[in-house]
Amino acid sequence: MADVIEAGAARTDAPPPAGRPYRAGGSGRFTPYLFLAPYLLIFGVFGLLPVVLGVWLSLHQWDFQLPNRPFVGLDNYAELFSADSVVYADWWQAVRATAIFTVASVPLLVTVPLGLALLLNRAFPGRTFFRAVYFAPYVLGVAVIGVLWRFLLDANLGLVNRVAGVFGLPADTPWLTGMPWAWISLVGVTVWWTCGFNAVIYLAGLQDISPELYEAATMDGAGTWDKFRNVTLPGLRPVLLFVVTTTVLASANMFGQSFLITQGAPGTETRTVVWYIVQEGLRDNDAGRAAAMSVVFALLLALVSVANFRLFRYRED
Amino acid sequence: MPMTSALRRTARYLVLVTLALIFVAPLAWMVVTSLKDYPDAQRIPPSWLPDPVSGYGYEQILNSSANPVLRWFLNSMLAATLHALLVLVTAAMAGYALARLRFRGRKVGFALIVATLFVPPTSLIIPNFLVVDSIGWIDTLAVVVVPGAASAFGVFFLRQFFLSLPRELEEAAVLDGANQWQTFVRVVLPLSKPALATLAVLSFLTNWNDFLWPIFVLFSPEQLTLPPGLGLLQGAYVTDYPVIMAGAVLASVPVLVLFVLAQRYVIQGVSRSGLKG
Repeated sequence: MADVIEAGAARTDAPPPAGRPYRAGGSGRFTPYLFLAPYLLIFGVFGLLPVVLGVWLSLHQWDFQLPNRPFVGLDNYAELFSADSVVYADWWQAVRATAIFTVASVPLLVTVPLGLALLLNRAFPGRTFFRAVYFAPYVLGVAVIGVLWRFLLDANLGLVNRVAGVFGLPADTPWLTGMPWAWISLVGVTVWWTCGFNAVIYLAGLQDISPELYEAATMDGAGTWDKFRNVTLPGLRPVLLFVVTTTVLASANMFGQSFLITQGAPGTETRTVVWYIVQEGLRDNDAGRAAAMSVVFALLLALVSVANFRLFRYRED
Repeated sequence: MPMTSALRRTARYLVLVTLALIFVAPLAWMVVTSLKDYPDAQRIPPSWLPDPVSGYGYEQILNSSANPVLRWFLNSMLAATLHALLVLVTAAMAGYALARLRFRGRKVGFALIVATLFVPPTSLIIPNFLVVDSIGWIDTLAVVVVPGAASAFGVFFLRQFFLSLPRELEEAAVLDGANQWQTFVRVVLPLSKPALATLAVLSFLTNWNDFLWPIFVLFSPEQLTLPPGLGLLQGAYVTDYPVIMAGAVLASVPVLVLFVLAQRYVIQGVSRSGLKG
């Protein structure tokens, strides 16, 4: 949740209203710094310092257990790109898993919530209730939905195969251990879990579109589809950019679902980048290597975000 | 055409209710299973309702010394509450300074905070481990309370809200001889209750649900919060689902109750994130 909400702030950073900040009477010139001090202390130690430290770490061979932590230059980075290194195969498998999940989940997480939002967009009795119900899974953490869906997707004891059986479908699908089922499970659960979140954001965007635009379109004889294409979609463009960007980031950062639901299975095929970084950093006691992976990962994500912005900017012209 | 409109309304509700079932059924199944006993939960195919209704799952988690679930619950409650308070205090003060006060370095500071929005928090997890390790916070409550408060979201959110407040009230307070701190505490904060409530609820939820960071920095069974605890339960009980589901119910109830009570704040916080406060 933190990732998404944090990214959300970028969108809301609207230009400040007119009027300059003022210096009130009766206070010293250090007052503003005192106001900022508590936040800046935490921000400096846990927000800024780790950025610098991460880069520095990535240039060292850093074993928590050993006193000697030599400088190794760009070796940790080179390892990720040379086929004969110990980490090469696992690293790229994790990158591939993350890419598969992102490519498969983002289109659904962008379109399904839009459908929900359109369904909820007009006033009808029970609207607030249904909105709350659709949003409810998102309130639960990944740990709860992870252990819950591990159980629901259990091939023998799970509800999913039980319900499939009732409808005359195969009741023995290996949701957690077979391919492509494991990916279908992870994407499906993530859609179920977070689509209410994107739907709420879309709803706010839909309500910002002036009703007069729809009236004008009706006067011009536009049908439902025309109105959706020519009024709704253009009106949603800023919201769409926000949703696509935050959803790509959230999907690329996926960890808990595969850690708890498929537990990486089959084999380690569903182990994601974040999982692999954490595992390398802790279990194998090589923080330098894991830090290098973090840096590469952060750069990749930044690239994707920039591409996103450009894509939408371009369409606007 | 009353026929078609009635038909359309029926179709709409049919879709709405079907969707609602998809979202609710898994949660209902969690509760149902938490009330089964072990043999009942092992039946193939599964039974639809508990037979008999059993307190087995809850007894297991409340009496397990290897998995002190109640302790995790209290840890989570304490951590999320303290975290929300810390975010409120630090973000409100910083947000006010950035919205209303003029000082040297304001732009640079603001730009730095903005810049960190583009760094995915997961990529800082390794260096942050080093930071908390060097101040001796590994495996303590502080490690799940404090570092997350470095998030820029709260500062932005409240800054936007403060900017939307009418300046006249603050100016009147200054004319009455109040200093900046008094103006902030007596005038600005009371006007900001909805925004503060929204931020408090969102911060609480985020912290309560956090999984990746706690499994990374908490180790002792008695120090865990509920999310890493659930992972531990899953590992210990494997297919003893009533026990695992009882734990999941325990982790769900507080946030679901909070959501029902503070739905307006949650939805507003998510959908507007400060655009309209």
